Amino acid sequence: MIALIDYGAGNLTSVRKGFAAAGADVVTPSSPTDLASVTGIVVPGVGHFASTRALDGPWRQAILEALNRGAFLFGICLGQQWLFEGSDEEPDLAGLGVLRGRCRRLPPTLKVPHVGWNALEMRRPSRLLAGVPPGTQAYFTHSYAADVTDDTVAVTTHAAPFASVVERAQVFGVQFHPEKSGEAGVQMIRNFVAVCSPNA
Amino acid sequence: MLSKRLIACLDVRNGCVVKGIQFEGLRNAGDPAALARRYNVEGIDELVILDVTATLESRQALADTIRTVSRELFIPLAVGGGIRAPEDAEAAIDAGADKVSVNSAALTDPSLITRLAGRYGSQAVVVAIDAKRRDGTFAVFSRSGSTAAGRQAVEWAREAEARGAGEILLTSMDRDGTRAGFDCELTAAVSTAVSIPVIASGGAGTFEHFLDVFTTGRADAALAASVFHYSEHAVSELKAFLAERSIPVRRTA
Repeated sequence: MIALIDYGAGNLTSVRKGFAAAGADVVTPSSPTDLASVTGIVVPGVGHFASTRALDGPWRQAILEALNRGAFLFGICLGQQWLFEGSDEEPDLAGLGVLRGRCRRLPPTLKVPHVGWNALEMRRPSRLLAGVPPGTQAYFTHSYAADVTDDTVAVTTHAAPFASVVERAQVFGVQFHPEKSGEAGVQMIRNFVAVCSPNA
Repeated sequence: MLSKRLIACLDVRNGCVVKGIQFEGLRNAGDPAALARRYNVEGIDELVILDVTATLESRQALADTIRTVSRELFIPLAVGGGIRAPEDAEAAIDAGADKVSVNSAALTDPSLITRLAGRYGSQAVVVAIDAKRRDGTFAVFSRSGSTAAGRQAVEWAREAEARGAGEILLTSMDRDGTRAGFDCELTAAVSTAVSIPVIASGGAGTFEHFLDVFTTGRADAALAASVFHYSEHAVSELKAFLAERSIPVRRTA
C-alpha cells in the first residue's frame, strides 16, 4: 500500500488521479502511526518551504522508521526539497535530511518562478526514469531547487542547472509535477508503484 | 531550456464550448472534454477553461467538465470566469483545477489574490487582465470588458505580482477575436515589468502571430481558442513551425 501524506500543502486530488492512472490506489493516512504497514510514501507539496513544518515531529519520525524497515519514499516538488537538509527559503527549518545538500533560489537572470515545460537531462540510469526517453520535458512550477549532487539522476537548466530528479537507495524525488507532465509523468508514477510492489 | 507554452482556451457556456468574437456573438464549437482530449493528443501544453457566462446554473456543468478533463489529462488545467470568492476557487480546485484565474473580483478586492495564494500557493493563482488601448495607454477593463477599471495594465500586473499572483493572463481586447495578431507592444510592456510568466491572449490568427508574440512580445506562453478549434493538426503544426524558427517548444511523440 502507498500512502500520500496530507500536510496541508498541495493539490492531493491531482496526485491521487496520477496514481489512479498508473493503476494504484493511494491512502491518505490520518495519523503517522498509519505508516507502519505501507510499502511506499509520497510527500507532495506546493508553496513555501515553511509548510513542511507540519511534517516535523511524529510524521518525520514515522517516515524515517518506515525507511528503516524498507519502505520507499517519493518527494514531489516541495516534497523533494524536503528530502534535503534544508532550504534557503526557510533557513532555520530542517528538511528530512535523507539526501545531502540544500535548496537555493534559482538565479534571477531568467524569470523566477520557473513555470512551464523543461527538459530532463539524464545523468545515469534510474528506476524512476525507466522507459522515459532522454530530453523528455516535464511541467515545473517553483522558485527554489536542490543542488546537483551524486544523488541527482536528471538535471534541468533554468539560468543554472539544478537537480530535477534524485534517487538514492529507497529515496526518490522530482522537482516537477509528474501528475501534470503528460504520459511521461504517469510513466514515472508507474515506475514508483512498481518499485513499491512487494513482488517487484 | 524552458519551453514557450501553447495554451488552448475553452470558452464554456452551460457545458458547451463557444468562442466569442470581441466578447460578443458566441458560436458553438463542441464538447469541452472531447476537445480537451484532442488537444492533448496534439501536444497542447496547458488548458484553460473559461466559464463565459458564470451563472449559478452553469456552475454544476463546469464542475463536471473540470472533473472529466482532469481525470483523463495530465497537463495543467486552469479555470476562470466568475471566480469571485475563495469558495468559487475551492470548488474549481476540488473538482481538479490546478489554477484559478481571477479578473473582476481581484480588481474590486485585490486582497483576494493574497488570500488565494496563501491558501493554494502562488502557482495556483492566475490574474487575468483585459486591456484596451486608450489615449496612448493600456487601460484595464473589468466585467468581461464592459467596465473601465481606472487602472493601467503594467501597474496592475506589478501589483498583482506583489500580492502573490503566480502568472498573468493578458488579453488584448482590441485584438480578441480579430485574428489580426497579438498585441506585442502590450505584451512586452507587461512581460518586462514583472518576473512572473505572462500569457498573451487575443488576436491569434496565423503561425507567424505566435512567433511574433514569443519574440517581439516577450511572452512566456500564448493562449488561443478558435485558431486551434477549427483546424485538425494546428497544435502540432504550430509547434513544428516554431521549432524550425528556434523557439523552444515541447515536442511530443
